[in-house]
Amino acid sequence: MGYEASLRVWRGDAGSGSLVDYKVEVNEGEVVLDVLHRLQATQASDLAIRWNCKAGKCGSCSMEINGMPRLGCMTRMSTFAQEDVLTITPMQTFPVIRDLVTDVSFNYAKARTIPSFSPDPAIKPGEFRMQQEDVNRSQEFRKCIECYLCQNTCHVIRDHTENEGAFSGPRFLMRVAELEMHPADEADRRNIAQDDFGLGYCNITKCCTEVCPEHIKITDNALIPMKERVAGRKYDPLVWLGSKISRRPEKAGTPAVPGKR
Amino acid sequence: MATPESTDIERYSYDVVVIGAGGSGLRAAISARARGKKTAIISKSLFGKAHTVMAEGGAAAAMGNVNPNDNWQVHFRDTMRGGKFLNNPRMAELHAKEAPDRVWELEAWGALFDRTPDGKISQRNFGGHEYPRLAHVGDRTGLEMIRTLQQRVVALQQEDSLSLDDPDAMIRVFAETTITRLLKDASGRISGAFGYIRDTGRFVLFEAPTVILATGGIGRTFKVTSNSWEYSGDGHALALLAGASLLNMEFVQFHPTGMVWPLSVAGLLVTESVRGDGGVLRNSEGKRFMFDYVPEVFRAQYAETEDEADRWYTDPDHNRRPPELLPRDEVARSINSEIKAGRGSPHGGVFLDVSTRLPAEEILRKLPSMHHQFLELAGVDITKEPMEIGPTCHYVMGGVEVDPDTAASSVPGLFAVGEVSGGMHGSNRLGGNSLSDLLVFGKRAGDGAADYLDSLGSSRPAVSSADLDAAVAEALAPFSRSEGENPYTVHHELQQTMNDLVGLIRRESEVKAALGELEKFKERAARVAVPGERAYNPGWHYSLDLRNMLLVAECVAMAALERQESRGGHTREDYPEMSPEWRKVNLILTLTGDKLELTHKPLPEMRPDLLGLFDKGELKKYMTEEELAGLPGPQAPASSATAAAEEGH
Repeated sequence: MGYEASLRVWRGDAGSGSLVDYKVEVNEGEVVLDVLHRLQATQASDLAIRWNCKAGKCGSCSMEINGMPRLGCMTRMSTFAQEDVLTITPMQTFPVIRDLVTDVSFNYAKARTIPSFSPDPAIKPGEFRMQQEDVNRSQEFRKCIECYLCQNTCHVIRDHTENEGAFSGPRFLMRVAELEMHPADEADRRNIAQDDFGLGYCNITKCCTEVCPEHIKITDNALIPMKERVAGRKYDPLVWLGSKISRRPEKAGTPAVPGKR
Repeated sequence: MATPESTDIERYSYDVVVIGAGGSGLRAAISARARGKKTAIISKSLFGKAHTVMAEGGAAAAMGNVNPNDNWQVHFRDTMRGGKFLNNPRMAELHAKEAPDRVWELEAWGALFDRTPDGKISQRNFGGHEYPRLAHVGDRTGLEMIRTLQQRVVALQQEDSLSLDDPDAMIRVFAETTITRLLKDASGRISGAFGYIRDTGRFVLFEAPTVILATGGIGRTFKVTSNSWEYSGDGHALALLAGASLLNMEFVQFHPTGMVWPLSVAGLLVTESVRGDGGVLRNSEGKRFMFDYVPEVFRAQYAETEDEADRWYTDPDHNRRPPELLPRDEVARSINSEIKAGRGSPHGGVFLDVSTRLPAEEILRKLPSMHHQFLELAGVDITKEPMEIGPTCHYVMGGVEVDPDTAASSVPGLFAVGEVSGGMHGSNRLGGNSLSDLLVFGKRAGDGAADYLDSLGSSRPAVSSADLDAAVAEALAPFSRSEGENPYTVHHELQQTMNDLVGLIRRESEVKAALGELEKFKERAARVAVPGERAYNPGWHYSLDLRNMLLVAECVAMAALERQESRGGHTREDYPEMSPEWRKVNLILTLTGDKLELTHKPLPEMRPDLLGLFDKGELKKYMTEEELAGLPGPQAPASSATAAAEEGH
């Protein structure tokens, strides 16, 4: 039942690093994170791994396994042949802290730029009334466990770090979509989705959807509908005319982008 | 990056330091910030990853959205019954009264709960709750709660960015930071907290007159557990080391339904919602065995036949609940008995089946995480076949002894909230009462800390440099030993010992043996050595966590040996009955030097108006003759379901 797996694990820090070969015992039913824990407990006590729930619910143990962005806790060893060599590396897009742990602060900074939930202040707690069918879509996006595998995978920043300032990435564009589709939210984030969060950079290759461990249809259900809403607003002749003749600022319902100077 | 020898310390000054970034910690921080206090949130993991994300079923709050008969009095009664009347009654009262407001508040902060047909927050059935009471989002309610609170913190930071030009001005999150010691001034008041920052390994000092412990539980002390690595009893240990007292540490909840296979995920939680939504427990003979295990104290409220139990799902006013929905301690013990009697499943559990009870599409809608979890980790499709489950260490009812209204401990400036606090849940917590506990007492702890700060005026307790030096030396010690044991080995063996000797069913000889083993573990833990640098070195972190796990393990074992009865999360094979005399006793643990001391303290009495919510016949099952003689006159009916039935509903 048990066997010895061959692992090549990236060891190092921001300065330098390399792949190191290990042989580790594997038992029936185990996932990659189990095997890394055994490696830690028996051969490499200082191997840095970020993990928490080991149940696919917290999104901490994101890593790349044979080049595929995945959660270590949800990748069963039985999906590989026993003679396969498993190459395990940190997420490529984010700076390495040590071994398999990366600095994901980029994502927390982006989270702070999205204008928060803005309900009608006249509605008091307990008075919200929403139908299930109206909350289904935003609920799908709120399944997100913030593993940042989509952020790591999206080629807009994976291959072009120069885009990091202008592009919030699939996770946070989906957050914009979630608030836009929230039945009790009153703000209009369509213009800033395009101008400040870089929705236009997305060319819907669906790589984010492919790696999402929660199987959220990020591209089809969040990003494409957002693009349609933005286009609808931008090319609506009435909106255009209104913006030309009104003395009020064009984006009356558009909140300011926090932290933007 | 810090070298192993570096004693440099980053220093910060705050009004309130909240240790723990789960539901209770975030709710406490939000309320401290609302009171104008400069607040730090210390998170052992990344922000938004805390153990609260693993809560599945929901938050119990008597909103009455699904059954209008529900109200705080019914919720209070259920909570006291679930805890076998050992709860702190004031805590159970505040919790039942305030939970609805705390849940509604989340909705105003953006949470999207599942809805009723009239657009309100939907509520589901759960073990021990008389009415559908749990606000939920499928089976991922904890994630919704943590994300909502996380996003609320971000919203406050955005306000501060606008008005103070610094998002971190009033509330700042220190992610991947661990506190190893609390510091006090000469007069014994809290003056700060010391620890390390994971990514650099640098030391950090927070100078602050108040600390709110919101560190969660102790499950990592046991082998089979639903808890994550963070649950190493840090707050329990920090409180003891700072001079605070713990209460009733013998009460450890073994959740009846954890995965039993594959071994690598043994213990992983299977939500109680499976049973709340219609799932049933069967043994290897296909029998719904829970009907054989309804205890005397609950007999009046639970169905006696499968037909009646099944009718309850659609007509709860005229039928009694299925025994699968007994409180968790009862169900866990029953499963254990079936397995011991040789009627278990192939991998040593019993069967939990929803596949023959609900259509596949309904299972997918109501239990999506469970479907995902079993399919991906065990290759089992729960819409087609039963799950195999067994008891798993899930929650500790014991914790820091606190004032119910303010969450203050006996140490001035030290507060505790959520799982690290004790008293609220008595000897057994009802499912769903944890998420609401976090919110209700999180708010109260933040307010309590703010009130304490206001009472201090301009005096700020000072950190003693000798204490700080000692904290640094303690944290560096594992690096100074070049030859020593591996911390992982010590931890694994400790978990096995606790599981084997102080687990679900306890015996005097075994608990005594465990206490002997713990002495040896302490010696071994003092000798562990770690190679490598300080930056993100998990071997080092483990070796420091061992101190906390050993302390709480000893507390659990000492209290388990002392309490000679069986009640809730404490089952003694040699004392199988519940004892009215023992109900009056809280077991208190304190630390003097390196020695734990255990004393008895009377349980706080229930006010007459709260006592009046129960009928005398029910109280008879729990109380001594002397207590019963002192009760006031006529009693209210025991159950409003009965009352409603009498009124012809």
